[in-house]
Order: sequence, then structure tokens, then C-alpha cells
Amino acid sequence: MKHLLEKLETTKLDNRIRLGIMSMLMVNDWVEFGAFKEMLGLTDGNLASHMKVLEAESYVELRKLFVGRKPQTSYTATIAGRNAFNDHLAALEALLKSGS
Amino acid sequence: MKNQNEHLETLTEIRSLMERSSRFISLSGLSGVAAGVCALAGAAMVYLYLGLPLFSNQRLYYVEVLEQGRWGIHYATFFLLDAAAVFVLALASGIFFTTRKARQKGQKIWDPMAQRMLVNLAIPLLAGGIFCIALYKTGNFGLVAPATLIFYGLALVNGGKYTFDDIRYLGLAEILLGIVGLFKPGYGLELWALGFGVLHILYGIIMFNKYERA
Repeated sequence: MKHLLEKLETTKLDNRIRLGIMSMLMVNDWVEFGAFKEMLGLTDGNLASHMKVLEAESYVELRKLFVGRKPQTSYTATIAGRNAFNDHLAALEALLKSGS
Repeated sequence: MKNQNEHLETLTEIRSLMERSSRFISLSGLSGVAAGVCALAGAAMVYLYLGLPLFSNQRLYYVEVLEQGRWGIHYATFFLLDAAAVFVLALASGIFFTTRKARQKGQKIWDPMAQRMLVNLAIPLLAGGIFCIALYKTGNFGLVAPATLIFYGLALVNGGKYTFDDIRYLGLAEILLGIVGLFKPGYGLELWALGFGVLHILYGIIMFNKYERA
């Protein structure tokens, strides 16, 4: 029980918003910055700071495309990111099953 | 320390985010019912035009009408006008009910999910439309109705990946009806009315009860 909790809290995914970002990336190849903002109801600054954390962990990769003159940033989950998400979910489920 | 409820909530939220960010879920069941009604009305017009008794093998009637036309309208013009009217009315009511549902639930209607679904619907539909023109040009009139059912079914199966899974079953049923039609020439109109009319209405009612009844 205790080790399960520790496992949850040491990963960078023990955060609602970051977990939300990863959830969206698990079911989409590339997701545009604005789409996260809208779906999760965040400000630019707030979303950017969470993205920096995920980038630092190499959970996500970004690409910039120019649509007309506007740069558009999209994100995709790396294999490390997918594994981390799956581990986190498994830990959550185990915690629920242990029924405390 | 977090409790059980919070973890459960997190899991629910993850599932909802995955669903909402990858699927178009504003599609209203009522638009299916409306499309079905339009199709039945369209099929009824064709019956009137051909002056047919129900469920008779129609090859002979077709031949007669194809040669002479009726009401002073050539059959090709009539079929085309009829099909266009059904298509426009069904599309308009679909857009109406779906927009209404999206507004009620505070969802956007024109988002990347909607675009992706429509593109995937459109590819088999366009290919099928061109195929039907070719059938018509080569004189295979009897195969046009089954071909529209088959390609429409393929479009639903394809587009179904980006909306409710249920729509795939509707697609499979349309394909099945179309295949029956390929080998039962002369019953194209009945199968068409069944596929585009009755199945749409059934599907619409099922979807409405499953996802929209508050």
C-alpha cells in the first residue's frame, strides 16, 4: 500500500493537469497547443509551465509548423511518456483495488 | 493524502478527456430519425412516380417507365431531383439537430474531431458516387441502389472510428442490405427504403435513448 502511494507521488504525472495533457496525447498523434488550452480550460502561461515539466521528463515532443504566418506548436507523446502514463494508471488502479 | 474517491474521480476524468479529445460526440440521434423520414418520403415519391404495387419484382415496370417517363418528367431527371432533395433535407436536419445538441451540452460543433470524422465519411462516399455514375453510364441501373447502400455503409464504418462505436453497426447493416441487393435486382427501392429509411430511424431512436435522454 505504502509503496504504491510512493510510486504515484514520485512521478511527474501526479498532477491533474499534466495527467490530462497525457490522456489527450494517448489517443491522438499530435495535439495542438490551443486544443489543450480549450479542453483543459487553462491559460497560456499555466499550460506552458506544465508542458515544460513534461518536456524536461522527455514525456512529450513538440513540433512547430507555420500556418500562414502564425507558428503553431503541436505535441506528441514519446514512448517514455506513454510508458509513464501506463505505469501511473496501473498504480492508480492497484491503489483502488487494494481498497483503503 | 488522497482518498479513494479522488483516485476514482481522476480515472473518470482521464476517460472523459480521452473520449472528448478523440471522438466527435455531438452527433444527435434525432438527426438519424430525420434522415430516415426524408429517405422514406423520397422512396415513396419514386413509388408514386413508377406507379408500383409494393414488393413486386419491378424490372418490368422499370423498363416501361424508363422508356416513357411519367408526369412529363424524364426518369433520370426525376430520380436525380428526388435523391438530391432527400440528401439536402437529411443533411440540413442532421446539421440542425447536431448543432442543437452541441449547444445544449456546451460543446463546439466544428472542431478537429468533427473535421476528421467528416473527411473519413466523405472519402468512401465520393468514391461511391463516382462509381454509381459509372454504373449509370454503362447501363447497370439496377446496381445503383445497392451500390449506394454499400458505399454509404463503408463510409459509416470508416467514419465510425471517430464518433460513437454504434455507428459501425449501422454501417455493417447497410453493407449487408447492399450485398443482398446486388443479387436481387428489382428490389433496389425496397432495400434502399429499408437501409436509408427504416435503419436510420431505428438507429436514431436507439442512439437518442442511449446518449441523450436526460
